[in-house]
Amino acid sequence: MEKNIEIRLSGEGGQGLILAGVILASAALIDGKNAAQSQYYGPESRGGISKSEVVISTGDIIYPEVADPDLVLVLSQVACGPYTKDIRRDDAYVIFDANTVKEFPKLEHGRIYKLPFTMTAHDKLGKPFIANIIALGTIVGLTNVVSREAIEQAVLARVPKGTEELNKTALSEGFELAKTIK
Amino acid sequence: MAFEYEKYIRKGTLPHIWCPGCGHGIVMKSLLRAIEGLKLDKNDIAVISGIGCASRLPGYLDMNTLHTTHGRALAFATGIKLANPKLKVIVVSGDGDASAIGGNHLIHAARRNIDITLLIFNNSIYGMTGGQVAPTTPIGAYASTMTYGNIDPPFDIVRLVEGAGATFVARTTSYHTAQTEQLIKQAMTHKGFAVVDIIDACPTYFGRKNAPKEAYDMMQVQKDNSIPLQIAQKKKPEELQGKIITGIFVKKEMPEYTDTYYNTIIPKAMGSK
Amino acid sequence: MGKKALLLSGNESCVEGALYAGLQFYAGYPITPSSEIAEGLSRKLPKYGGVMIQMEDEIASMGAIIGASLAGKKSMTATSGPGFSLKQENFGFACFNEVPCVLVNVMRGGPSTGAPTGPSQGDVMQARWGTHGDHPVVAIAPNSVPEILTETVRSFNISEKYRVPVILLLDEIIAHMRERVILPEKGELEVIDRLKPTVPPDQYKPFDISNTPMPLVPPMAAYGTGYRFHVTGLNHRTDGFPTNNGELIEKELLRIMQKMAMYKKNMLKHEEYMLDDAEIGIVAYGSTSRAAKYAVNVLRSEGIKAGMLRYITIWPFEEEAVEKLAEKVKFIVVPELNLGQLILEVERCARGKASVYGVNRVNIEIIHPHEIIEKVKELLHGIRV
Repeated sequence: MEKNIEIRLSGEGGQGLILAGVILASAALIDGKNAAQSQYYGPESRGGISKSEVVISTGDIIYPEVADPDLVLVLSQVACGPYTKDIRRDDAYVIFDANTVKEFPKLEHGRIYKLPFTMTAHDKLGKPFIANIIALGTIVGLTNVVSREAIEQAVLARVPKGTEELNKTALSEGFELAKTIK
Repeated sequence: MAFEYEKYIRKGTLPHIWCPGCGHGIVMKSLLRAIEGLKLDKNDIAVISGIGCASRLPGYLDMNTLHTTHGRALAFATGIKLANPKLKVIVVSGDGDASAIGGNHLIHAARRNIDITLLIFNNSIYGMTGGQVAPTTPIGAYASTMTYGNIDPPFDIVRLVEGAGATFVARTTSYHTAQTEQLIKQAMTHKGFAVVDIIDACPTYFGRKNAPKEAYDMMQVQKDNSIPLQIAQKKKPEELQGKIITGIFVKKEMPEYTDTYYNTIIPKAMGSK
Repeated sequence: MGKKALLLSGNESCVEGALYAGLQFYAGYPITPSSEIAEGLSRKLPKYGGVMIQMEDEIASMGAIIGASLAGKKSMTATSGPGFSLKQENFGFACFNEVPCVLVNVMRGGPSTGAPTGPSQGDVMQARWGTHGDHPVVAIAPNSVPEILTETVRSFNISEKYRVPVILLLDEIIAHMRERVILPEKGELEVIDRLKPTVPPDQYKPFDISNTPMPLVPPMAAYGTGYRFHVTGLNHRTDGFPTNNGELIEKELLRIMQKMAMYKKNMLKHEEYMLDDAEIGIVAYGSTSRAAKYAVNVLRSEGIKAGMLRYITIWPFEEEAVEKLAEKVKFIVVPELNLGQLILEVERCARGKASVYGVNRVNIEIIHPHEIIEKVKELLHGIRV
């Protein structure tokens, strides 16, 4: 049996992590795979620590949360500590936002990257809140966990009307960022 | 020709539980005459109650009847009305049942203007549990839980439900049987939430600790202290101290909840994607 | 194929299941983490001609669904911990009067306000004993989003068929989690409606079992259909009217409990995973069972013969399943997102034949498979010494 791909998107409320997780899981379904998406957020919808987890599999998903991370995205300082503790694989991707995270945790395992998601969103697209979609592009570009067609279709199905082009561009920027570290 | 109450009473359920001198039986008879006057089919009437002396009433009536939990009759009744809008829904309640433990349901049923007729048997005391103070007990009156005289200001039920949005609000007393019958009739024909506050007497528990004590004298007080609204309006507030103002306080047409749900929400939902 | 896979949350899946089962009346009050059920039904139920109403409080919601059920409609409410507490009195009314209805309780961290967005399995015992007095109860705890749909349908079926309220015990994890669901087509799942009376109205007694095709289950008339009957929360006779006769009181309550005993086997449901040759038993339910199953796989891969017994129907409790398990395993581990609730039943039914150990946490996070694995290894090591 193939190992499930276990992805954790972490940061804080308001960064669109849950939406990003839902999009990723939808893309997996489009590809004919199985997916489970879960989340943690505090009572506040903005500002508090938050994570969204996606497990993707070609078979049944037994444990629906991340038990052994293959990829952890960290989009804010608060999420660094708690959500990188359980990385046990040397080939796991750990991707920090180079702009919002200032102090990086010391990790014994994983392939660690620091990418400018927030800066790209702000400088290139003029929309800081779209860092989540850029990061999705990077994740798919790096891991091929879902097809590019599927992620595009899933993004377009879930984002507000009128923002389709912006989101497509954001995805492309993400794919470009992935190329820089591949 | 004598009125045939038996037509509406379930065989074998009498005698009722009410004490000698209690006004509840008189009000029940007024209710039955009102139903007869409206020529309603017993199959189309649902009578729902909570807990208390008045709440035993539905069991005696040969209709669709439900004796629920304390204070919650309006909640159950809301479910029944919305599930089967063709039912004429009547809730009978004591003053404590309706305005203390059931106070939240009371104001919200009024706010929704759901087509339910609420009859409050208002005897200013908790009778079934032994004469405890109610939210309608007058200041200074004695109750088994107000040993030294009541210090809780009472609700004026009429003003309470009017403020909450009831579209038909009336008051009468158990002494005024013809008026009670007429007001119940009007309440039941009104489309919307209709409340009749029926001032009633509990000689057993209110009378035990307060004056007057006897059923007859308490009825006399209902008679002597009542003032029709039209007359009361011409009097000064100090002249109305301790009086029972009777009549129709509110009667207005407003959208009714069940109707609105079935005629607006459902078609809207069915027409949407 | 051709059927589209949807990515639904557990609460959305519950909405689909309820609509499939023929829900016609929903009353609720907003509470995290169950509100998406009310929101989904606000949108969808009127499309099916049904009524969704947001009541003034939790108590009213429970009352309203009982009223609607007595008027003949399939009814449901949904809530979470604090609201579950508030609903208990009226829930007991439904138990006592055998009113079919489904109460969804999405368990969150407690006690009191606790952790509104945090998962828990802390209401297992409240589901059984939350309302006062002896009473029958059914509680069902699915463990995945697709299973929520099918178990919601089964909850309605049990409720309607046996005239018993059913508690659907979800937890925050599976309620908010999204998974792949393929909506069943009409006819694919069985949908059961309550028994209607066959006697004429003047002979109808709401709790009479002399004229029923299903022993001990009285047929149920609806208000407004010509059957004028009485229902009360007081102890009552078979004709629905109150009684103080101790003999009749006991007889009627015993009949309701006997009905549960008689049909218990039809309400039970469990999953056995790798139990055939198991030397270590894990008893789990709800979201925690998914960690347990994962743990079984890991333990097996290391040569440790673990297996899982998962309860889908929690109440009534299937005693025989634990009895059988206790006969053959060295010990039993019961992981729960509480400080030990269902473990009490497991211990009772194991009757000392196997030791029973809990893996418990109340830190509002799902139990991790590694915790179960470590506990099993620790116990195994202890036994070897």
